[in-house]
Amino acid sequence: MCMDNHSILPDHFSPENVNDTAKETCLNWFFKIASIRELIPRFYVEASILKCNKFLSKTGISECLPRLTCMVRGIGDPLVSVYARAYLCRVGMEVAPHLKESLNKNFFDFLLTFKQIHGDTVQNQLVLQGVELPSYLPLYSPAMDWIFQCISYHAPEALLTEMMERCKKLANNALLLNSVMSAFRAEFIATRSMDFIGMIKECDESGFPKHLLFRSLGLNLALANPPESDRLQILNEAWKVITKLKNPQDYINCAEVWVEYTCKHFTKREVNTVLADVIKHMTPDRAFEDSYPQLQSIIKKVIAHFHDFSVLFSVEKFLPFLDMFQKESVRVEVCKCIMEVFIKHQQEPTKDPVILNALLHICKTMHDSVNALTLEDEKRMLAYLINGFIKMVSFGRDFEQQLSFYVEARSMFSNLEPVLVQLIHSVNRLAMETRKVMKGNHSRKTAAFVRACVAYCFITIPSLVGIFTRLNLYLHSGQVALANQCLSQADAFFKAAISLVPEVPKMINIDGKMRPSESFLLEFLCNFFSTLLIVPDHPEHGVLFLVRELLNVIQDYTWEDNSDEKIRIYTCVLHLLSAMSQETYLYHVDKVDSNDSLYGGDSKFLAENNKLCETVMAQILEHLKTLAKDEALKRQSSLGLSFFNSILAHGDLRSNRLNQLSVNLWHLAQRHGCADTRTMVKTLEYIKKRGKHPDMGHLTELALRLPLQTRT
Amino acid sequence: MGTALDIKVKRANKVYHAGEMLSGVVVVSGKDSVQHQGVSLTVEGTVNLQLSAKSVGVFEAFYNSVKPIQIINSTIEMVKPGKFPSGRTEIPFEFPLHVKGNRVLYETYHGVFVNIQYTLRCDMRRSLLAKDLTKTCEFIVHSAPQKRKLTPSPVAFTVTPETLQNVKERALLPKFLIRGHLNSTNCVITQPLTGELVVESSEAAIKSIELQLVRVETCGCAEGYARDATEIQNIQIADGDVCRGLSVPIYMVFPQLFTCPTLETTNFKVEFEVNVVVLLHPEHLITENFPLKLCRV
Repeated sequence: MCMDNHSILPDHFSPENVNDTAKETCLNWFFKIASIRELIPRFYVEASILKCNKFLSKTGISECLPRLTCMVRGIGDPLVSVYARAYLCRVGMEVAPHLKESLNKNFFDFLLTFKQIHGDTVQNQLVLQGVELPSYLPLYSPAMDWIFQCISYHAPEALLTEMMERCKKLANNALLLNSVMSAFRAEFIATRSMDFIGMIKECDESGFPKHLLFRSLGLNLALANPPESDRLQILNEAWKVITKLKNPQDYINCAEVWVEYTCKHFTKREVNTVLADVIKHMTPDRAFEDSYPQLQSIIKKVIAHFHDFSVLFSVEKFLPFLDMFQKESVRVEVCKCIMEVFIKHQQEPTKDPVILNALLHICKTMHDSVNALTLEDEKRMLAYLINGFIKMVSFGRDFEQQLSFYVEARSMFSNLEPVLVQLIHSVNRLAMETRKVMKGNHSRKTAAFVRACVAYCFITIPSLVGIFTRLNLYLHSGQVALANQCLSQADAFFKAAISLVPEVPKMINIDGKMRPSESFLLEFLCNFFSTLLIVPDHPEHGVLFLVRELLNVIQDYTWEDNSDEKIRIYTCVLHLLSAMSQETYLYHVDKVDSNDSLYGGDSKFLAENNKLCETVMAQILEHLKTLAKDEALKRQSSLGLSFFNSILAHGDLRSNRLNQLSVNLWHLAQRHGCADTRTMVKTLEYIKKRGKHPDMGHLTELALRLPLQTRT
Repeated sequence: MGTALDIKVKRANKVYHAGEMLSGVVVVSGKDSVQHQGVSLTVEGTVNLQLSAKSVGVFEAFYNSVKPIQIINSTIEMVKPGKFPSGRTEIPFEFPLHVKGNRVLYETYHGVFVNIQYTLRCDMRRSLLAKDLTKTCEFIVHSAPQKRKLTPSPVAFTVTPETLQNVKERALLPKFLIRGHLNSTNCVITQPLTGELVVESSEAAIKSIELQLVRVETCGCAEGYARDATEIQNIQIADGDVCRGLSVPIYMVFPQLFTCPTLETTNFKVEFEVNVVVLLHPEHLITENFPLKLCRV
């Protein structure tokens, strides 16, 4: 049956599916390859197209693979032949992983040829090329590791044991041992650790470097655990050899691996001994400079296993170890690691002086690395880590100690704004904690203390750069001062905020982009107004002094040309003033008399309030008039409606003037057909509904005077 | 003119046996239509013999060659004079592969002094002004499988300085002991030559171990006959100083076209041998010779 030339073979095709021309071409290629004279090229080419046997017969691969395995015996140079075997294993695994026999034969054949490495031919070659045995032997490792890995993959324990026994019997078997340890399952090696140590000890010194053997063993022990009874002995044996290593690179590569084992199974005492040993080896001639990655890895391992920082810092050699990191960028990285672990694992706040001293030292290192070239991201990260630390420091009831800690921290971390912000928040919190403890009744001592806290904030805020940061902190700290009955300090905060408003720039930097600041300013001011409600007037200043000051500032501020923000703010002011005219305010600060109790509804106060309202309303109406141009008609309509709603919500519509004003505004909103009909309808419905409540009859009357304009 | 002539034989591997039908198509293709004076197809099979310089001298060998032996030669007229349209025209053909009289259809063999070749040639005759078109295509003939059963004939060998025959100064040779065997010297041509070889011991390092496949061609003519041995291919089975006591496989595939079943006729002979060649450091070369008998089953 002939197959069409253009059909594609299915994934699991058999020789019957293949057309004759393809088979002929394939066969020709195999003939050509069989005629290649040289053994090694012929082997490699035939191995590389092993899969093509599938085109010709079902059994092709299972016949070819064993033959190729035998062929490798003809390669005389043991280094060349081991790489040929590695390639064959690679192809075998890919093409026929079920033919385990062939793969295993590679291993056993390799063992048979192993003695060639120390035979005359190879040794003479090494002398001729001036290559030392310790440099030559590791060349075998990649290929051997691969072969051993292929064979030990999912191999039964019996096979692994047999392979290990065969390796044991050969002389000069350090190379074999190394590959066994690299390739076999970690559990297999770990359970036989003492065996392996015995074998390593018997190895010839002049051949394969012993520290590499110990390193391989250590890597296994990092993954699997040896029997409990052997653990200490293993460490002692290993360390006896490691500590004698002269070359710092060899030493540190080995020590790095064994530190993990030590941390896993032993206490801080052993870890301290190991760290001391490392310092001893790496300090002469500044050897540490070339090994920062390994030293970093050691630190990471130690802190991964010792989460309890009080234990960690009591390890005598820990901080001296950190001193080896003399390159600034590396030192900062290490500090960051330590802080990350601290933040992750420290559950309880602490006042342990050992921890505090050590961590302050570490945070200071991080902070001092910040300069003009530091990236924003880096600064953010460092600030986050230092804040994490600050938040974890607590002296319990000893608030004074806490405050002096914050004072110290301020001077240490002055270059990172987020840290200063955190400190201000922490101090405010401290003041509120004090208040809580005193249940709102400060003694002379605590009153002085909270005043000290307030002073701290007042001094610190001006050193910040972000304008909205400062504004919000002034407001927040003012609130805290108020809560603690520090009225004049609160006033100082609010005045400072007010005098800062004119400095708000048109555009501010948010996440690297310049954005207009108006909406942020609006948000801040609205927030400020809510606080101003309950701020009592200072007896020496006039009525509503702060409100007036703020209004002046708002007036003088250069608003955007086409923006209505000013009017929105004025509307909010109206809400504030309206709220202020109430007999009792909705909220108060405990033990602070706000204007409602101060003035008790005094007519003079109310008159002043009204006057201010009128001034503000006039401003709003002025502005509405300027919007009579074509482009601004929509704005005029929506602003008019919003003013109407404000009056509806906050004003007393029994007043004729207000009543008339609202009717005018209603008409204005609809005059040029810019109003949203649905909103108007709903608003009218609302008015009618409210009119049905007792004492609200005037609203029903009002509703009659509010026609709905139909869109023509 | 742009007209092309092509012959396509049906079988992908182009292998045929005596008595079979050789079928295929002749393809005429061209942009324009073409006038012709007839298309014919010729099957030719010949044995070409070369005299070797050894027997008759260089100049004689150059000028004279033994007359080629014709195995088959027949022509059929495929198409009468006429015209082929433009585009592609396929003309099928079928040829029985018969030989005249008691001649034998020898197997295709490309050698040095003996050459057995089968071709199909298609000729298109044209008018005086246009050149005739012709196309040749070689096809392969395999001889019939032999009737007798193949008896395997394994051969074991041992090579030491003592067993060597062609030696000048035996004392100067390094000591060595090489053992091995060929699974059979009677070989099926479609299967590889197999065996094993072990270097039990050797004072000198091994440089290389190779299998040299040799053809021995004998041509006869009026003046006498010449027997020449030439190398077909050389396959290395060991590279460098192999491990002592570890068996190395002997494995060689017989190349198509350059080997054929061992052939003996009245005019010529084609025979094969294999040499196991061992090269020792620094300059020693040791050879063991094994005559082979190839056959097709």
